[in-house]
Amino acid sequence: MTVNWNRQNFSGEDPEQHPAVAALRRNPGTPVKEVAIFRGEVSAVISPEHSTEALTLLRDDPALAFDLLVDVTAVHWPEREGAEFDVVYQLYSHGSRMRIKVKVPLADGQEIRSVVPLWATAGWLEREVYDMFGIPFAGHPDQRRIVNPPNFEGHPLRKEFPVQGRVRW
Amino acid sequence: MSTIGKNKPTRVYRKKKPQEANILLTTASAIINHSQRSSLMPLTFGLACCAIEMIATAGPRFDLSRFGWEAYRATPRQADLMIVAGTVTNKMAPVVKKLYDQMAEPKWVIAMGSCAICGGVFQTYSVVPGVNHLIPVDVYVPGCPPRPEALIHGFMTLQMKIDQKRNFSVSPVKVEPGFRGPTRKEPF
Repeated sequence: MTVNWNRQNFSGEDPEQHPAVAALRRNPGTPVKEVAIFRGEVSAVISPEHSTEALTLLRDDPALAFDLLVDVTAVHWPEREGAEFDVVYQLYSHGSRMRIKVKVPLADGQEIRSVVPLWATAGWLEREVYDMFGIPFAGHPDQRRIVNPPNFEGHPLRKEFPVQGRVRW
Repeated sequence: MSTIGKNKPTRVYRKKKPQEANILLTTASAIINHSQRSSLMPLTFGLACCAIEMIATAGPRFDLSRFGWEAYRATPRQADLMIVAGTVTNKMAPVVKKLYDQMAEPKWVIAMGSCAICGGVFQTYSVVPGVNHLIPVDVYVPGCPPRPEALIHGFMTLQMKIDQKRNFSVSPVKVEPGFRGPTRKEPF
């Protein structure tokens, strides 16, 4: 059997055909609000109360086995009332060489469950999201700033934060 | 009959004339300045990509040891020159300040590269806009990054500045603009 390492396992046009999206659709506990595909990258939107279940399913399903959390980041949408932030999880499966992007919309100040129990690498990634966006992660073992100095005021990647900072030199 | 011990030639010790004696007249200030400027010991301290150029300057091709500056000290207590080579971030700023405070007097600072001079392209919340906001800077070496020749020129400019130092004067040191180093007509 020859393996084409350059291509991902999923290369279709319909995001519903992605095995991870299909598995989330089959499970009644993980309602998917929206799926999208952009240049072959599939993303699924899941509400924050179901995010831990959905990510646990994606990691533990033997057919999927998303064993690598590539990145946790966030996007600020100030014009979206009640859902100003998207927390984005990038997952990769070494076994099936698939990728999936999970987006969790959040209101400003709303907590989200930490995924450190699922992937230990989320510790620093969630600290960075907390540092740059001010999103609190419930259950994180060490919720501190990681990039900015500890006495820093504000969260620089929010849209209202001035690029040159608030400190006048 | 042995002749050993007899007929030894008498040595004539001629007194040297004063103009033949090896006497050098100078001032203590000039000697101190010469010693300090000729044995600068930089701190082993790099912040970003300018440090790579600094390392190249100390390497065999550009060879700082020609000038007596190559003894990079790994502790601030033995160093007397800090080369701020790279971007100074707000998080690193207390470290830079503490290292400077730990250096013994007399001490000098070279700000190397655009980032250390003014923040460079990083006009953001996380970067100090010029290391002169933290510590006094003697010589600015512009460039992104400066070539090793530019850093060597910065070293030589610093030497000229040290040569101007008055060690036993209570009057403040006046650094004249356009000073191009000591000459035969105007020594120091």
